[in-house]
Amino acid sequence: MEHIIKTENLSKVFRAPFTFKKINALTDLRLEITPGEVFGFLGPNGAGKTTTFKLLLGLLKPSRGKIWLWREELKKIELKSKIGFLPENPYFYNYLKAKEYLHFCRHLFALNSQESKKRVDALLDLVGLPEHKNRLIKTFSKGMLQRLGLAQALINDPELLILDEPMSGLDPLGRKEIRDLILDLKNKGKTIIFSTHILSDVETVCDRVGILIKGNLRDCGPLEHLLNPKIKSFELCIKGLSIETVHNLEEQGLNLIKRGNEIFIRVEEKEEKNLLYYLLEKGGELVSFAPRKETLEDLYVNEIKSIDNHHENLGFGN
Amino acid sequence: MKIWALAINTFREAIRDKVLYSLIFFAVLIIGLSVILDNLTIGEPTKIIKDFGLASIEIFGVLIAIFVGIGLVYKEMERKTIYNILSKPIHRYQFIIGKYLGLVLTLLVEVLTMSIALFLILYFYEGKIAFTLLPAIGMIFVALMIITAFALLFSSFSTPILSGLFTLSFFIIGHLTPDLLELVKKADSQTLRYVTEALYYIFPNLEYLNIKGQVVHHLPLEKGYLFFASLYGLLYILIILLLSMVIFQNRDIK
Ligand SMILES: Nc1ncnc2c1ncn2[C@@H]1O[C@H](COP(=O)(O)OP(=O)(O)OP(=O)(O)O)[C@@H](O)[C@H]1O
Ligand SMILES: [Mg+2]
Repeated sequence: MEHIIKTENLSKVFRAPFTFKKINALTDLRLEITPGEVFGFLGPNGAGKTTTFKLLLGLLKPSRGKIWLWREELKKIELKSKIGFLPENPYFYNYLKAKEYLHFCRHLFALNSQESKKRVDALLDLVGLPEHKNRLIKTFSKGMLQRLGLAQALINDPELLILDEPMSGLDPLGRKEIRDLILDLKNKGKTIIFSTHILSDVETVCDRVGILIKGNLRDCGPLEHLLNPKIKSFELCIKGLSIETVHNLEEQGLNLIKRGNEIFIRVEEKEEKNLLYYLLEKGGELVSFAPRKETLEDLYVNEIKSIDNHHENLGFGN
Repeated sequence: MKIWALAINTFREAIRDKVLYSLIFFAVLIIGLSVILDNLTIGEPTKIIKDFGLASIEIFGVLIAIFVGIGLVYKEMERKTIYNILSKPIHRYQFIIGKYLGLVLTLLVEVLTMSIALFLILYFYEGKIAFTLLPAIGMIFVALMIITAFALLFSSFSTPILSGLFTLSFFIIGHLTPDLLELVKKADSQTLRYVTEALYYIFPNLEYLNIKGQVVHHLPLEKGYLFFASLYGLLYILIILLLSMVIFQNRDIK
């Protein structure tokens, strides 16, 4: 099959400073990204997302494995002319103005045409910095830096965009704008791979997702394939129950959440009927009753939990 | 073209940094100070001005070369601004050359500014432009380019403080090895002679490029001296830059 990015057994081992202990940041990653798709890269802190991106761009050398971009080995520098990269928490030169920085980036791509000059202004408008073109980057806020980072990633009108946490640091409106921008770029036929911690962003824009945990790709595929489409459980909200009844429910080991005089109960499928009859019989007043499908959050949390010692290793205790 | 963009950006950083201005201001001040000293001493007028002037052009050049040079690569890595460069179609060697040329350009501006100040003062005294100083200034510039190459080399794998110390010691030893070589010629120990000779060839021979004394005292230079000295300097720079590129080529950009 045609692909834009392909990796085979891609691995990166770091050496911890002083102790020289091995850190397996990425282990045998096998990834294929096809043209025109939006791929969401999920994973807890330290999972290896940024490491993967840096390997793809040749900033880091793989400890093992291979990378192909457009079917060519990464060594060819020209391949990068077709890539736009937004690093996480992008950094710039404090002594430059936003516009000057973009012109600098333009020259790094050897883009000297009149058209590319105009693109600088257009991009600053696009990412929502029209009033800050001639301001020193030193005075920018976090979100403004993020926007400038996006502008520089688009300066060469890239075919492939690699975005490391593009929504981080943005206000809700900014996040929506970036989401729309990603969809817009997708419609123009661009290929986009981005990492994020915000699951709803993945659900709205991604064709496929990959879940990376401790350097291992655990799940990878279209969202609807990864998530179980069957209804797994029900959530009901009820009020007007006596204290004894609540107590009784708790003793049966049911998962209750009390909020004011309302009680939320999550119940597995097949048991919902009996429970409902029982509650109504006890004089409960039904507020809501809803079937629940597996969400990305469920999948994500389960994946992380299934790696038992994850928290131990990060030093969070328990 | 890409290299030029990198060089200009490096130059711009130095220019927009106020430290540079204060350094140049201070240096010009010192040249001015030498005028006072000159009036207080007997002997050939303007000799002290020339001595002082050339020395301060060199010293301040070395200060800039070291202070800016040791941060050239390190700062880009530390501040992660390098991600946005090497993720674009830029070879790592282009990055090294661009950074180097940017600082050389900065030094050129420094040397030119100070030379013009010196020439103006001398013109005021002698009524003519002191063209005879030009060879010495040229050689100072070659020496500064060597120092810069060293600072860049160290900066590509070490921290600024260490790089600064390394570079400074290369500068000092580079001025001392010819003397040492003379000294140990009379020594009995064979090993001592070998070690000194090895040092002599590894470290740059900055004394070879130092013709300040000859120029100020109107001593003649050998035929072709300037040519061979420049050639020596440029070859040296080339080797150091190549070494920097090799070291930097396979580094992880963390
Ligand atoms: N320069 C480095 N030296 C040593 N270890 C490193 C280095 N960079 C990353 N690591 C380790 O590699 C692992 C993966 O880090 P990486 O930055 O790729 O995670 P991430 O998925 O991007 O996390 P986050 O969501 O927090 O950005 C971590 O355990 C990290 O400690
Ligand atoms: Mg990261």
